[in-house]
Order: sequence, then structure tokens, then C-alpha cells
Amino acid sequence: MSTPAPTASWVAVALVVLATVLVGGFGLRISRTTSDFYVASRTVRPRLNAAAISGEYLSAASFLGVAGLVLVHGPDMLWYPVGYTAGYLVLLIFVAAPLRRSGAYTLPDFAEGRLESRQVRRLVSALVVGAGWLYLVPQLQGAGLTLKILTGAPGWLGDVLVAAVVAAAVAAGGMRSITFVQVFQYWLKLTALLVPAFFLVLAWQGDGRPRGVLDEQLDVFRADHPLYATYGLIVATFLGTMGLPHVVVRFYTSPNGRDARRTTVAVLALVGLFYLLPPLYGALGRLYTPELRHGGDADAAVLLLPARVIGGLGGELLGALTAAGAFAAFLSTASGLTMAVAGVITQDVLPARGVRHFRLATLLAIAVPLVGSLLVSRVPVADAVGMAFAVSASSFCPLLVLGIWWRRLTPPGAVAGLLLGGGSALLAVTITVSGAVRPPGWPHALLAWPAVWSVPVGFLAMILVSLATPGRIPQGTNAAMTRFHLPEALTTARGMGRER
Amino acid sequence: MTGASVGVLVVLVALLVGTGFLLGRRTARPLRSSDVGTPVEHATFETLHTASLAAPPLRAGLTEESARRAARRLRSLLGTDALCLTDRDRVLVWDGAGPHHGKDVMEHLQEMLGTGRGTAFDSGCGDLDCPLRWAVAVPLTVENRVLGALVAYAPRESAVLARAAGEVARWVCVQLELAELDRSRTQLIEAEIKALRAQISPHFIFNSLAAIASFVRTDPEQARELLLEFADFTRYSFRRHGEFTTLADELHSIDQYLALVRARFGERLAVTLQVAPEVLSVALPFLCLQPLVENAVKHGLEGAVARSRITISALDAGSEAEVVIEDDGTGMDPARLRKILRGEGGTSAGIGLLNVDERLRQVYGDDYGLVIETGVGAGMKITLRLPKYRAGVHGS
Repeated sequence: MSTPAPTASWVAVALVVLATVLVGGFGLRISRTTSDFYVASRTVRPRLNAAAISGEYLSAASFLGVAGLVLVHGPDMLWYPVGYTAGYLVLLIFVAAPLRRSGAYTLPDFAEGRLESRQVRRLVSALVVGAGWLYLVPQLQGAGLTLKILTGAPGWLGDVLVAAVVAAAVAAGGMRSITFVQVFQYWLKLTALLVPAFFLVLAWQGDGRPRGVLDEQLDVFRADHPLYATYGLIVATFLGTMGLPHVVVRFYTSPNGRDARRTTVAVLALVGLFYLLPPLYGALGRLYTPELRHGGDADAAVLLLPARVIGGLGGELLGALTAAGAFAAFLSTASGLTMAVAGVITQDVLPARGVRHFRLATLLAIAVPLVGSLLVSRVPVADAVGMAFAVSASSFCPLLVLGIWWRRLTPPGAVAGLLLGGGSALLAVTITVSGAVRPPGWPHALLAWPAVWSVPVGFLAMILVSLATPGRIPQGTNAAMTRFHLPEALTTARGMGRER
Repeated sequence: MTGASVGVLVVLVALLVGTGFLLGRRTARPLRSSDVGTPVEHATFETLHTASLAAPPLRAGLTEESARRAARRLRSLLGTDALCLTDRDRVLVWDGAGPHHGKDVMEHLQEMLGTGRGTAFDSGCGDLDCPLRWAVAVPLTVENRVLGALVAYAPRESAVLARAAGEVARWVCVQLELAELDRSRTQLIEAEIKALRAQISPHFIFNSLAAIASFVRTDPEQARELLLEFADFTRYSFRRHGEFTTLADELHSIDQYLALVRARFGERLAVTLQVAPEVLSVALPFLCLQPLVENAVKHGLEGAVARSRITISALDAGSEAEVVIEDDGTGMDPARLRKILRGEGGTSAGIGLLNVDERLRQVYGDDYGLVIETGVGAGMKITLRLPKYRAGVHGS
């Protein structure tokens, strides 16, 4: 059995957890005196912020899931990394700068600021919590799978471990310098795939470049309506990225709209760079770990390949490196999401405020998906994440795009769109995850890939109901639009400080 | 497998219901009149409840929007078929039957708007079965100024309606007066900010210029730098527009202030800054940290001959930013501090503290006041929490 050695993997995982806590807790402890203090120079530069966003964004679905899907189903699955990346293009064009200028920290903030309505805010909060939980479940399950494969530990241990680490870190306020943590995680993830990939390709060359299996006619898309499913995936990922709670929160760090846009461009580059690697693992996995195609654990390909292909101590060490990267993926995405969800719960669900409530909210934010991850059957990680994207695309995308670009949006319109679009998508994926409707057949396809119909439903409901309630256009609409779309330098009469 | 899936469904449904319940509980009114009391008491409860529902919109003053929201409640309070609210020039809202009657209301009201006396009139409807043949109009007055009128319609003359309309109008007037009060409170706060701007101590300006002058011969480059810092600092502090600023700008201004102070005191003052870059874009009330830093500098340098140390930190705490300003100076007697924060400290001391505390509470609510830890000779530590987003707070 050529799995990586448990000891090396345990050490690697422990190191990642330790490094995360250390960078998070002490990244800021290096104090400065005024002599070299200049506030403007301390803002988060677009490139740094972009690395942080990428670090938080590249989850288990990207690190393990994409390779697993390519391994089992072939190149059709490349739509996943394409979609995950292209989502940022849509974000860049339609949302990034105005969202930053709106001053909103979370999506509920944006909804309240734009539509001046507490009801809309509450509804958005509920949907954010729902989408966040949906996204957290596969992260925890992926952790369970990873730990099981690496060390033979029981499947639930990884779920609980990641949940516990995240809960402790977030609740204790240990994530204070979150930007640096996430930047660190991004480069760790990239290294953890890049270095082994280099050796794997060398080994493949040394092996005489076998290609047979690669050219073989591949399985079709696993859904029984492949074209429909592909469109569902494309719509969900292209339009869903902009609404993911942990992505929105990070844009607040940009000092202004222009920097938010630059950040997004850098994210496109960084995420694009990263996504070159998982398909490589998938392709090599077809050659060297073909048995995974028929078992249920295709997500493990990235972890098993180094030991399988290279072997020996080197293989073990490289395997441990990928394990470290995988854990970085679980921790960064899970902690980012937990922070975002806990923030919303504190503000909008628990009546009173205070630090203690934030801790309670953190527990709630991570406990529910933990229970879900232990109960729900394991859906491939990338599929499960796709569902969270679908919910986001059918509720937050219409809200953001229409809220930013259409003056006639009204609170009742927003409520109708969120309920019909987001609500129906949430319901559809919940039914799918529960396994009540099974393939084959259209019902399953429609429910598993709801974005194709739920996104238009969301947009249409928002537009039609808004047009029907012209009297309810919020009073501050023009002021809000001005703030969203004019560069900051024009809206403030003050020039920035003098030339030095 | 099916067992597990059913379990999951049940859990999810339970969660949804739970969330709904929590949200619902926050919006629902606690009083449900069906459980206690006699019919008369029920009627009283109902009336009070309706009145309390109509109150919040009216607190925004008499506008089309607030009138629209309040009119439905007011009509059910009076139990008439139609009700109309006007300002001095036009009909703001018509609630109930027959809105076409609204066209000639203003003509009937001309005299009343002048005299401020309630009146009743025949609506002049040709249709004998029209339920709106008779109307009573009551002026809405605030401080002897007539702002508008409340008009209630009935099929025929009714003394009861005339009396009820008078009472309801008086109640509406109280709400409008409260709205006026809100407005003047906002004006007061604005005046206080202006006062704070003007309050930048003449001593500070004098001392800064003197310190700069001492560098002019020995170190002209340094003198130039300091003069520019001084110019920037005053420009920021005296700026006219905007109630809010960003943490980055406020900290920048504090940096300049400290540069000027250190030019004078040199080694006696050591300052440590610790700023999380994530919170630099947080919006906060204008000039809300600077008075606290000035305070810390003053306390730090008072009495103590040796070095004094000031620590300023701004940290990321989830959906809030936490700003801490700490000095190791003379501190203050907590009892005296409590007095100052209650506004009983006299004019000389701590106007800055009181003003900052009041403005924070006004913008963010009572949970966000200053938290101050101090004792005589024990230094002082001031903690502020700033929400990253609050509707209406935009730093620019």
C-alpha cells in the first residue's frame, strides 16, 4: 500500500495549524514607533489583498475536488476551474469598485444601505447564513476525507478537527491579522501543488511519457443531461462568485474603488495561475491511480499521487506537503466563511451585541455545518461547492447587479427576487443533498443544477415587482448611485495630502 | 441512507423554522390583546397599539413618505371612510375611498391654514349616497405654526368624529414636535463639532510655531517639514464639510499632531502605534480620536518629569474595529471622570471626552460609548469600538 506515511502527514498538518495560529496571533505584534509611521503606506496594497482573497477563496473544492473530477470524468470538468476564475471577471466588470465605494462590509450592509429597508437586510442575512453553511459542509467533509486517507483516522475526525481549530481561532480573536494569514495560506497552497507537480512531471517523463489512458474516449459528464448540467455550472460559477460572503468582506480592506478593481485583476492572475495545476494532477491520476475512478474517493488523487509515482522518502515528503496544502485550504476557507457567517449572526440574528455574542455566534456558525457534514452523504466536494454558488448566483447576483446599475429597484422587488430566486435555489439544492430525488431524469438534473432557471427567476422577479411598485423607490437612491459610481476623488472636495 | 436523508431534512427544516422564529420574535410586538382584560380594556389596548404603530413614521416630520405610512393607522384609529393629510400647499396623502375628492380639499382649508382653527365643511359632493359628504378638518400645529391639516370624512355631520379628529390631531402634533426636537438635537451636535474645531488650543498653535521657529536656523529642512505638517493638520481640523471621516485620515492627522508635539518635547514623549491595515477604511465621526490623543499627551506630560509613553492601537475585531489609546501619565479619579461624562464637570475639563462619547452614542447607539479605565497615577486607557458599517455613515 503506497499511501504516504502517517507520521510525516501528521507533522505537516500540525505545522500548518501551528503556523496559521502564529501568523494570525503575532503578525501584528511587531509594533512601530511614529518615526516610521505613515498611515497611507500601511494600507493593504492591491497585490497583497489579492493574495489574501485568493488564499481564502481557493478551498478544498479547488485543491482536491477539481483534480478528482478530472480524474473520473475527464476534460469536460475543466469548466469548474474556468468558472471559478471567470466569476472574478464578472465581479471586476460589474461589482468590485461600486461595492467598495458603497462602504458596505457585508451583503446585508449593502442591502440596507442601498434599499433603506430592515426587512431586506434580514432576508439577505438569512440567505448569507444559508449559503455560508452550504459552503462550509463540503470543506469539513473534505477535511475528514483527507485525514482518513493520510492517517487511517476515522472519517469524522477531520471534520471535527477543522471545525474545532476554526472555532477556537475565530472565537478567541486569534485571526486578528487575517490578511497576512490568508496571504500565507495562498502561497502555501500554491507551493504545495507546484513543487510536487514539478517532480511528478519529471517522473512521468522518466517513465517514458505514457499517454494511453489520456487519449481514451472519456466518460461523458456524469449527469444524464450533460449539456444542461454544464450550463448550470457555468451560470452558477460565473455569477455566484460575487455573492460569496467571505469574498465580499475582503473587498472592504481596499482603500478605494480603484484599488478594489486592481485587486480583482490581481486575483484573476493569482487564481488563474493556481488553477493550471489541479487538472495536471487529474490527468496524472488517470495514469497512476486508476483505481480511484471507480471508488468514491477520487478527491484523494492529489494526496496519493506523490507517494504513488515517486515513492520512497521523497514521495512521502511531497505527499506530506500536499497534505499541508489541503489543510491550509480547509482552514483558510472555513475560517473566512465562519467569520463572515458569525458576523452576520451576531448583527442580525442574536438580539444583543457584545464580544460574548460573537463567540456564541461563531459556535453556531460552525456547529450547524459540522452536524450537516456528519449526517449528509458525501457529495463530491466540487459539486457541493457548486450548489453554494448556485444559491449565491440566484439571490445575491441580482441584488448586487440591479442594486448597483438600476435606479428603479425597490425593496419589495428585492424581497421578491431574493425569495423566488435564492429561496428556490436553496430549496432545490437542499432536496438534492438530502437525496430525496435521485438520478436519472430531468427532475434530478433541474434540482442539482438550479442556476439555469433560478437566476432568471431571481432577476425577473426583482425587475417585475420593482416596476410594479414605483412608489417604493428609496429616497436616497440618487445619492447612493452617486456614491457607487463616482470615483472618490470627485465626491470629496478635499485633495489628498500634499506632495512630499 | 434514506433514514439519514430524512434526518437531514428534518434538521434543515427545524433550522429554518428556528431562524424564522428568531427573526419573527424580533419584529413582533409583545402585546397580544386576546389573552387578558375586559372588552373595554381590549379596545383600549387596540387603540394604543394602533397609535404606537403610527408614531414612528411621524417622527421623521411631515413628508409625503411619512404621511403615507401613518395615514392608514390614523384612519383605523378614527374609523372613518377616508382620511387625508395635507401640508400648507397640497394633499400629502389620501387614504380610503373616493380619492377624487382630494382635488378641492385645499380650497376648503385656505381659511383654516391662516387662522389655525379647526373647521367642518360640506364636501360638496353631488352624489347623495356618497360616504364622504361631510368633513372635519383640524390643523396640525407645532409651536403655533400651522404645518398642515388632518381631514376626516363622514357621510353626515358627526360631533363624535369632530371630537375624535381633534384628539388625534393633537396627538399627531406631539409626534411632529418630537420630530422637530430630533432635528434641533442634530443641529446641536453639528454646532458642537464646530465648537470642537474652534477649540484647537491657541496654546498648541503658539507652541507649535515657537518650536518650528527654533528649528529655522539650526535645521531648516526639519523646520520646513514641520511647517507643512502644521499646514496639513490645520487644514484637516478646520475643514468645513462632512460629519464623518475615515480611520486612515484621522490617524494621519494624529500622526501630524504628534510630530508637532515631539518637535517640542523631543525624547520626553514616546509613542507606539499599532494599526491593523484592515481597519483603515472604517468610517467614523470626524475629530473623534484626536481629542482623546490630545488628552493622553496632556496627561502623559503633566507632572511626570521622566519619559511618558503613549500607545495607540487600532485592531480588527470581526465586524468592528477596536481602537485603544493608552498613556502612563497622571490618570484621573474615576469619580471625577464619571462626573465629566455626565456633563457635570464644569466647562474647563474634559469637554473633548464628553463630546466624543456623546457623538459616538448618537451615531452608533448606547452600546458604543467610550470605555475608560483609569485611576489616580495609574495612567488611562480609552477603548472605542467602531462598527465597520452603519447606515448613513460614509467616510469622506
